[in-house]
Amino acid sequence: MKKTNPNPHANRNIMFLTYGVLAVFLGLMLYFGYFLQVKSEEVINNSYNARLDRFADRIVRGHILSNDGQVLAETYVDEKGEEIRVYPFGNLFTHVVGHSTKGKTGLESQGNFYLLTSHVNLAEQVIHEISNQKNLGDDLVTTLDVGLQQVAYQALGDRKGAVIAMEPDTGKILAMVSKPDYDPNPLSLEASWEYLVSGENDQGQLLNRATQGLYPPGSIFKIVTALEAVRENPSGYQDYTFDCSGVFHLEDYSIKCYHSTAHGAQNLGLAFANSCNGAFANLGLQLNLDSMYRLSEQLLFNSELPLPMAYSKSSYNMKGGASQWEILQTSIGQGTTQVTPMHMAMITSAIANGGTLMKPYAMDHVQNAAGEEVKKFLPSSYGSLMTAEESAQLNQLMVRVVTEGTGSALRDASYSAAGKTGSAEFEAGKETHAWFTGYAPAEDPQLVVTVIVEEGGSGGKTAAPIARKMFDQYLLR
Amino acid sequence: MTNIIIETSKYLMILLIACYTFFNFRFFSFPDLERKRMVCARQNQAMFLIHLLAYLIIYLKSEDDRVLIFYAAQVVFFLAYIYLSRLLYRNVSRLLVNNACMLLCVGFIMLTRISFDKAVRQFAIAVAAAVITWIIPYIMDHVWQLSLGAWLYAGIGLVLLAVVCVLGTTTFGAQLSLEIGAFSFQPSEFVKLTFVFFAAAMFYRSTDLRTVAVTTAAAALHVLILVMSKDLGSALLFFVTYVFMLFIATSNWFYLGGGLAAGGAAAFLAYTLFPHVQTRVAAWADPWPYIDNKGYQITQSLFAMGTGGWFGMGLYQGMPYKIPVVEKDFIFAAISEELGGIFALCVLLICIGCFLQFMMIAGKMQAVFFKLIAFGLGIVYIVQVFLTVGGVTKFIPSTGVTLPLVSYGGSSMLSTFALFQIIQGLYILKRNEEEEYEED
Repeated sequence: MKKTNPNPHANRNIMFLTYGVLAVFLGLMLYFGYFLQVKSEEVINNSYNARLDRFADRIVRGHILSNDGQVLAETYVDEKGEEIRVYPFGNLFTHVVGHSTKGKTGLESQGNFYLLTSHVNLAEQVIHEISNQKNLGDDLVTTLDVGLQQVAYQALGDRKGAVIAMEPDTGKILAMVSKPDYDPNPLSLEASWEYLVSGENDQGQLLNRATQGLYPPGSIFKIVTALEAVRENPSGYQDYTFDCSGVFHLEDYSIKCYHSTAHGAQNLGLAFANSCNGAFANLGLQLNLDSMYRLSEQLLFNSELPLPMAYSKSSYNMKGGASQWEILQTSIGQGTTQVTPMHMAMITSAIANGGTLMKPYAMDHVQNAAGEEVKKFLPSSYGSLMTAEESAQLNQLMVRVVTEGTGSALRDASYSAAGKTGSAEFEAGKETHAWFTGYAPAEDPQLVVTVIVEEGGSGGKTAAPIARKMFDQYLLR
Repeated sequence: MTNIIIETSKYLMILLIACYTFFNFRFFSFPDLERKRMVCARQNQAMFLIHLLAYLIIYLKSEDDRVLIFYAAQVVFFLAYIYLSRLLYRNVSRLLVNNACMLLCVGFIMLTRISFDKAVRQFAIAVAAAVITWIIPYIMDHVWQLSLGAWLYAGIGLVLLAVVCVLGTTTFGAQLSLEIGAFSFQPSEFVKLTFVFFAAAMFYRSTDLRTVAVTTAAAALHVLILVMSKDLGSALLFFVTYVFMLFIATSNWFYLGGGLAAGGAAAFLAYTLFPHVQTRVAAWADPWPYIDNKGYQITQSLFAMGTGGWFGMGLYQGMPYKIPVVEKDFIFAAISEELGGIFALCVLLICIGCFLQFMMIAGKMQAVFFKLIAFGLGIVYIVQVFLTVGGVTKFIPSTGVTLPLVSYGGSSMLSTFALFQIIQGLYILKRNEEEEYEED
């Protein structure tokens, strides 16, 4: 066989290609490691992953606890070894904590992996294994505040709707109520399940309205319209004037203020405080619609939300070239725009936090059965939805809603609140949905509250008082 | 109690394979033969311990006495293979023999856990393949005319591929195999080898433009038939192997750049032409919306690896059977799920170790024909490893390629054995030569 090598560079090139292959494999291994270390947690906590259920063969599902350690869910094991999941507060935490029979929802689903993982000490684990006993799963400590949840629950009463309370500077969800609800305790859930999922039932008890309910925003959308006006004319937006006669006519169209109240001479601040529809519909005609569409995208309309739980996407459709009627409607939060209460709470929270949105979360930390911390969830920032100046300008507008406008329910409070009311029309002939979204104290926001009461009528009369009770509970206790 | 044994041996097995892998690379830093042999002996100990622990668990869990017999048969096979190799070929690369056994061992363990019957079948094929391919190094040493049969290799390869393309049975949208009686035979596995021999023989003759053109045309024909059979994984494998071999034979960067550019264009064309390619790319880009259908396999694979984590669930603690075709294309996910991510990475490193050894042998061969064969087969091997592991981990779209020596499959087993033995033959050839030189 020929010994000479006609190609003296062959070995150098083999080496070169070998390094190339090694580099590709290094990438593959790093990717695999990244997946195992970082990505896997979010991936495996999926209802399609049958493996997690298998954990239950060897682990007793852990507790779910409130922020002060009260039991929201626990597994009770009787003498025969039968396990029953118990929700001591009954319907109070239904949607946010969820249920774990009939599929898993809420925190029962979100924290499934942690609840079915045990970090009791090794010796104990070995003893349990030998004696063929199950190990105790880790407990999930939530950010939920029992007091606030109770206030929200009672204030909403028998009406349909949702209440959300969160900390603007951390994103911690302190309360989340959705009504109507159901009893998540396994026996009553078993009994009511057929009715809950049946076609005749149009109440939607299983839906978490706080994150999944899509509503027309009504006047609370004026926050977005006002922000666009501020953004297009940072120094002169306050010079906008409008004379309100109760009904704004444009060609064949007319836009009424709530109960056709004539607000008289309005500037932007007054119009926002009074929630003057005519002034805002007219303002919308002067705005750059494409720029407003971009703003809506920055505010997370039509996009995924940084939320770890099941939710619906809000939608906003108006672009340049829209018809006059669409502009008039959309500027005051009617038209085709739809939002979830949680999304509005997030926008409000960004305003209260200097423009920066903290990702909402409800899992504070995981601890083993002995109470030792295993994993801590830290607040994390999603980024800025608006500049600090813009948030300060919106803050001024929202303070005036309380001090001189529709937010009168909060006017005589010992703290200063800020917010926006809304009364959203959704079907001709029906009472409007009552909205309130706001925060307190206005100068140093500690709590954001968003309220919707379906067919509750006026936001100022129905929703704002609920928010008042929430602020009182949190700030004055 | 069984659970404690499973838990403890889980960590032990990870430790053992980590040691094995460490030795695999440490091997090269010892210049003297004595220490190299000692390292190989350590590797054997680690492998047999892993094998013992795994089958202990399998026995405890299945409580099937056949497992004991099966285990004993495997031990006999491994011992015989390791020692007979040394006996028949004095200069055999012990490291390569060890690696082949280690990969087989991991494959047997996972297959037994997934399906005892398949594991037995796989074992029988492995024994047959070992016996049949034993002769290969001898042929390499004694038949001088191997480089003369270029067109014979091409002819065999093209005919086999064409027959499959026309008569083959369809699996997962591609014509891959021929049914002969009870056996299903996958010719492309063997054409990989004839293809490398063909290209090596052609470039050994000459690397002038005419030869390059003719060879490229014949290679393109191989790839085209595979594309027509919709076996795009193999088409990609053949293509990459050819372009790299052409580059090494000619040292012409233009061929490498042009080849890769043409490959990119062809891949794009395949994407626009074939719906099943689009399906796989879509399932790779974001499988979650398709979790019920086209994304099912990859998401189950991610669940398996993710739930297993770095240390695994332990044998019989996971659900590898939830992944469709886990024993073939997705065996890596099953390993990662139950034996652990670290274990799976070690398996990958062992594969890379084999590849590096192939490249070293290619570097040492002076005859262009042999150099190109070692290089070409090395590329065939490592591209397969990359396609399967990359597909399973969602690093690249899944192409339906198996992990050599580990995945279930007779044709793949036989052809990989042949591949290893050809390299082994080259290594032995080189060592014999060196010895003669030293004696002079």
